[in-house]
Amino acid sequence: MKQRLIEFWNSPVIDALLPVLATLAALLVGALMLLALGANPLVAYGALLDGAFGSLNSIADTLVRATPLLFVGVGICIAFRGGVTNIGGEGQLVVGALCATMVGLTFPDGPALVVVPLALLAGFLGGAVWGGIPGLLKAHFNVNEILSTVMMNQIAVQGMNFLLIGPLIDPVQLERASRIPQTARISAAFDLPRLAPTRLHLGTFLAIVMAVLVYILLWRTTLGYRIRAVGLNREAARYAGINVPRHIALSLALSGAMAGLAGAVQIFGVNFRMFTDGSATGFTGSAGFHGIVAALFGQLHPLGTIPASFFFGGLLVGANRLQRAVQVPAALIVTLNGLVVVFVVGTELWRQQRARRRVVERPSEHDEPSLTAIPPTAASLEGKA
Amino acid sequence: MNDQPKPILEMLGITKRFPGVLANDHVDLELYPGEVLALLGENGAGKSTLMNILVGLYRPDEGEIRMRGQRVEIHSPRDAAALGIGMVHQNFMLVKTMTVAENIILGLSDLPFVPDLREVSRRIRELSQRYRLQVDPDAYIWQLSVGEQQRVEILKLVYRGAEVLILDEPTAVLTPQEAQELQGVLRIMTAEGKSAIFITHKMEEVMTFSDWVRVLQQGRLTAVRKTGETSPQELARLMVGREVLFRLDRKDCVLGEKVLELHSVSALDDRGLPALREVAFDIHGGEILGIAGVAGNGQSQLAEVVTGLRRTAQGRILIRGKDLTHASPLELIRAGVSHIPADRIGMGAVGNMAVADNLAMKGYRGSPLSERGVLRPRNILEFAKRMIEAFRISTPTPNTRIKFLSGGNIQKAILAREIDACDGLMVAVYPARGLDVGATEAVRKMLLSQREQGLAVLLISEDLEELLTIADRITVLFAGQIMGIVPSAETTVEMLGLMMAGVPLADLPALGTHDPTPGSSPA
Repeated sequence: MKQRLIEFWNSPVIDALLPVLATLAALLVGALMLLALGANPLVAYGALLDGAFGSLNSIADTLVRATPLLFVGVGICIAFRGGVTNIGGEGQLVVGALCATMVGLTFPDGPALVVVPLALLAGFLGGAVWGGIPGLLKAHFNVNEILSTVMMNQIAVQGMNFLLIGPLIDPVQLERASRIPQTARISAAFDLPRLAPTRLHLGTFLAIVMAVLVYILLWRTTLGYRIRAVGLNREAARYAGINVPRHIALSLALSGAMAGLAGAVQIFGVNFRMFTDGSATGFTGSAGFHGIVAALFGQLHPLGTIPASFFFGGLLVGANRLQRAVQVPAALIVTLNGLVVVFVVGTELWRQQRARRRVVERPSEHDEPSLTAIPPTAASLEGKA
Repeated sequence: MNDQPKPILEMLGITKRFPGVLANDHVDLELYPGEVLALLGENGAGKSTLMNILVGLYRPDEGEIRMRGQRVEIHSPRDAAALGIGMVHQNFMLVKTMTVAENIILGLSDLPFVPDLREVSRRIRELSQRYRLQVDPDAYIWQLSVGEQQRVEILKLVYRGAEVLILDEPTAVLTPQEAQELQGVLRIMTAEGKSAIFITHKMEEVMTFSDWVRVLQQGRLTAVRKTGETSPQELARLMVGREVLFRLDRKDCVLGEKVLELHSVSALDDRGLPALREVAFDIHGGEILGIAGVAGNGQSQLAEVVTGLRRTAQGRILIRGKDLTHASPLELIRAGVSHIPADRIGMGAVGNMAVADNLAMKGYRGSPLSERGVLRPRNILEFAKRMIEAFRISTPTPNTRIKFLSGGNIQKAILAREIDACDGLMVAVYPARGLDVGATEAVRKMLLSQREQGLAVLLISEDLEELLTIADRITVLFAGQIMGIVPSAETTVEMLGLMMAGVPLADLPALGTHDPTPGSSPA
């Protein structure tokens, strides 16, 4: 019996459940905080669950909230597989949204079937450029992409603030004293189709399709093969005739393109205009960062990112209801999200350790056994040094 | 004190299972103070597993380890070090940007918060004099030649007071002269009562270095011999389980067209220092040109320049008469150049990809492995199965990640891919390094058959016997310069050894100018 339990504990089944366990653990810590604030955790979490999945409307809200996370998360998967880290989802999202908005505002009378795809393409390309610049810097000058993508976020936000106060401002706002920095509403003819009466729009479906397409790209095409080879071993990829700098830049550009698409879809499916509160979060709702967490939660696999995004979408939507139900400060919600992130990322390290141990000590059927068992020492350690 | 010597180390009935493989099957080992034990066996015979158990990287499923008669549990390399067991791995575990002294104290547990590096250096100097392990404690690792780095590894162990030294193929990276020096070092150590376990494939070394030999075959201990009472032939037979041909059948070949031409090619190394100086030679189809030399004299840069991985600073490279001096790796692959790199895991294979994906790394660009940019997984798998069978690659499945294979099998997979893709020139860098007798024989046969098919082979090797057996002509690189090109039939190990030490062919008759320190790096 005990043996059985140990075996079960070491099995890959638990690996798949680890993120869920981590979330539960985070909620447990959150419960302590709720208690400290004098709120009943059961009531609070009940509200969270109800807010996220309680009704058709709330499920739809969850999916809408999850959509940009999924786009960004899928992009993160591409970057990660190519061996680079993209922290610039926020900026890419903003730039993608700006490009899409401009297309929508430029052709207000065009046919929707032409303008909307064109706008989405513009968002895609805008994000690609915003991700591609750090990509090129990384590829050719070995500029750390984590730093450059974060800095590109700042540039994107300031660019957005400038455009929305100046050239792109809604003409109506120009005449008012308030001068709210936002664009005019894009023609209602371009709104993405919705599943009335909920807010669920076509963009969610599009995100799922992109996740599947990216999966196919990475594992079924020669381009994906090259990206993965570059991500796993640049030296070997170069030796095999692969243009390493080009594929590094490309994986960051594609990653950015996905975030750009998220921005475009936000405009045409949710906001219908671009606005700013001076920071990135006002428009993105931090989707550029939550998407990274969703991708990690989905074990950096595009298909795994689909349920992971829905989960986080639910958490974000439900948290609002929680806050209203038990009247706790908004900071607690941020804290709760942060806890989940920390716990999930923490277990990811643990999961890798478990996988390694399984290979070395007791390889299972899926984790391929070793023949003479090269220990994870010499080569790997040296690589790290 | 005691007349009857007691073993310092005993391993009794060590068994280690991996799924489907019995890596060690009740293996016994005894080591006496002042003794060198050679551990001989093919790739995958279980030598590394046994030693990894001894240094605490693996736990045995059965059996026990005794140190000085006491039963011990070794859970980690730190435990092993505390017991006085240390290992010099094949891939050195040194931090390149740190000094020798810093590397030696790295990981010591009883260090003060601010280590007294001057005292450390002083002790290192003392130890290096005592054991004739000449090395500057304040030099940075990246400044050292491979031979010197190995000395640092050994110093690291004696600094920590190791009594049992495990050396994993230590001579693979050394010149014959450096190997002799290592032998001297071991003599001093054994005279002090330290003992060593020596993993190797090379018969001559077993004969010169060791007192005892233990032979492993498929995880089992098959023979224990006193070195003085055995012969290389007997050991080879015990190791492989059949008679091994030490002579290969080399047919006369008709020279074809000129495949590779180098016209005074110069190149820089990673630090921007000259690595190749006006190297010029050519290879015809149906010919093997061997490159001898101490590691670090420009061999790897030569291979990289010819395969497009390193920029040519000066000179021209022609393949079949076409100027490909600044061509990319891909252009050279398309021109029919194959490359078996020295660094198998680092360059030759993507460790975390499947064996099949690794085999497809050259052919994936076109039919039948892919069509218009879309991979054909079924064809890739079929191709992989064909290669695995033809080259006898031992892998559980084609989808196994290649890093889980033994070194010899990874090398076979790289060979399979490169030979299949080769259409003109094969650049083989240390192709048989670390392979057992059987696999070495197979690799050499493959290279010879490439030659018979009219391909040109550039063979970079540290094994002079290998070069003399299969190369048609041999050239020696020293400090990036060619010391001379000689037909292998007209040369000897001694001649090559002198050229490797920097004596140009033209000066060879003047044998008085023997340079006793061949190991110094060109830096």
